[in-house]
Amino acid sequence: MPAPPSSAPASVAELAEGLRKVGYLPGESTALVSFLATKLGKPVLVEGPAGVGKTELAKALARYLGRELVRLQCYEGLDEAKALYEWNYRKQLLRIQAEASGTGWDAVQEDIFGEEFLLARPLMTAIASEQAVVLLIDEIDKTDQEFEAMLLEVLSDFQISIPELGRVESRTHPLVLLTSNNSRELTEALKRRCLYLWLDYPALEHELEIVRLHAPELSETVARRLVEVVGMVRELDLKKPPSIAESIDWARALLLLGVQEIDAEVFTETMSVIVKHRTDMDVVSERVGLKLSSPADVA
Amino acid sequence: MSPEDPLEGLPARILELGEELRREGVALGTSEMLDAFEVLREISWTSQEDFREALAATLAKSQEDRRIFELVFERFFFRAVELAASRQGVREADHAELADLSAEELEALREQIAAALRDGAEGAMRDLARMAIAAFARRQEGSGVIGVDVQRIRRALGLRAEPQPDLPAGDPRREGLPRDALRRFEALLRRELERAQIERTGNLPAARPLGELDRALPSGPLADLAAVHRVVAQLRRRLATQGLQARGHRRHAHVDVRRTMRASLQTGGVPVVLKFRPRRPRRPEIYVLCDVSTSVTSASVFFLSVLHALHDTFRKMRSFVFIERISEVTDIFEHERNFKTVSERISNDAGVADISGYTDYGRVWSEFLVQVEDDLHPRATVIVLGDARTNGRDPRADAFAQIAARAGRTFWLNPEPRLYWNYGDSVIASYEQYCTAFECWTTAQLEDFVRALTHPAVTAAR
Repeated sequence: MPAPPSSAPASVAELAEGLRKVGYLPGESTALVSFLATKLGKPVLVEGPAGVGKTELAKALARYLGRELVRLQCYEGLDEAKALYEWNYRKQLLRIQAEASGTGWDAVQEDIFGEEFLLARPLMTAIASEQAVVLLIDEIDKTDQEFEAMLLEVLSDFQISIPELGRVESRTHPLVLLTSNNSRELTEALKRRCLYLWLDYPALEHELEIVRLHAPELSETVARRLVEVVGMVRELDLKKPPSIAESIDWARALLLLGVQEIDAEVFTETMSVIVKHRTDMDVVSERVGLKLSSPADVA
Repeated sequence: MSPEDPLEGLPARILELGEELRREGVALGTSEMLDAFEVLREISWTSQEDFREALAATLAKSQEDRRIFELVFERFFFRAVELAASRQGVREADHAELADLSAEELEALREQIAAALRDGAEGAMRDLARMAIAAFARRQEGSGVIGVDVQRIRRALGLRAEPQPDLPAGDPRREGLPRDALRRFEALLRRELERAQIERTGNLPAARPLGELDRALPSGPLADLAAVHRVVAQLRRRLATQGLQARGHRRHAHVDVRRTMRASLQTGGVPVVLKFRPRRPRRPEIYVLCDVSTSVTSASVFFLSVLHALHDTFRKMRSFVFIERISEVTDIFEHERNFKTVSERISNDAGVADISGYTDYGRVWSEFLVQVEDDLHPRATVIVLGDARTNGRDPRADAFAQIAARAGRTFWLNPEPRLYWNYGDSVIASYEQYCTAFECWTTAQLEDFVRALTHPAVTAAR
């Protein structure tokens, strides 16, 4: 485990190197935008197809910067009580009861709206934390626009207003990443406050590097072939094109099977690792399976 | 730079770039421009990559904007440099040494270029592009049209993405060249040719706005798509709030424990006053029927983009397309964000045309009723997109009335000007008595429709 750097990275190259060390191979723009985010303290909006490492980027940044990762998974119907804070009303009730029966559980405690009765949810945790954290707001496109509006206060001023307590301001500056699978257009106001990073499927060489990093025992030739095949599969019109995570899974599967070469037979047997839809499988086996067998015949 | 320039140097250039992006329809605010300046403080300007990426991260906030940004950035800085060069009279040295290439030398150049493409070496590619242009300028007359020249040079070099097995082993072109690199090389060729042209004529050609073709994404939706999305987002808010008065208040209110507790403090912890959770507007449910027959071909792209946008905004929504029969396409829209694929899949798989390809509204209504009759309820909104031209078939207004009666609200968006309504085989009048009809074939009219939704007259009519 590399020692966490004492301060923010000084250059793009340094950050890219650091991410590399914690097992994440950033693309050029990824490293640059992350660097700018640490420098300017602006949230980053990361968009891209599923499985290109958006969430992984946040985790890697947390590892690299030696910060805790606070994650808020978004879903339809997420509201303030689950994202920001909630009063621990059971405890408040008990407190009131204790007062009423005259036993007085603690005379000093006068106000049941103190921090003691506050249940911090992810956003609150991230803001109130003593140490700077990495805040990941995952799949922001799944929430409603109302929630986005609420996020604006948090993202622009890094503060939360609680009517009973006053304002909670961030003591440290969290690094914020928002991810979106682009399933709906986000509001202009939110975008305005963020740096924008589009993550796409990596280029062949880059993905090869990633696969080799995660499955180092796999031989160079098989790994290259694998990445090429995945690239071919992605070019087809599929419901769910294979993600990077799936290429890695496939690499590991091939490793377990001790495969020396990817031919049509191996491909049909292990295809289910990268293709997850019945109809997709038909398309893939028809189009890619054929291409694979032909070089084997020649050889 | 001329002294009378009010703004000097890079800041002015960045502002101009921002202006130009705005002209191309990228929504840039002042805060984005400020951000752009801020990021430029953090990175080194000497690396073109970093410079561009940093600007892109602050100025282009969606994939579409990003693509426009690339094009504008390229054009802008190319022009800025050329302008400065021609003002200061900087000229390229002549390529006299390349005057006559022998066949072998030419072949060597070909291989060098192919190798550079295969390795993706940007710097080498730029130099080689210039050599190639110089070499081919001697061999044949340039056509004067840059696009044609680029293709001519590429063909003469034998650069192709497909494998060329008849070439000798070891030739980098044998395996086929990477498509990206080919495209980049073509862009370089184009740029060098433009540069030469500017040098010859001594002035910059007028900047023209990006063509539709350039700016559309490779998976390109029409330029209007963004506008349609904006309007539909408004539509959603209107639909959500408008229904509120009609429904009873406080019928299934939930107690808000937090606020009740707070209120109970005044009464010694006894919750005398109950506080309720505020009512969130219920999300409306929408059924959309969209005509995709040939009589509305011109409008159907617009309709599909409306559908696409509706799907973006509404979660509870079912969509149908119809010609002679009806087919549910909710799934396609839900799983596919790409507009072009959506329209392709609809035209390929929906299977709505039988034999004639003419719309049969009567059959559509009855099929729709069969499919969704049980699901229709007063909270639902039905929107029909079509021209109401029945081709002489039975309009079955009674079936439509049934639909309208079951649904809370029914709207009809007709892509024809009101003038043509009820002429020929258009039977919109027989439907209009059960729903509110609008003419709608542009975004502006869609906006009118949304505005009309909140107009009291519409509610009064109901």
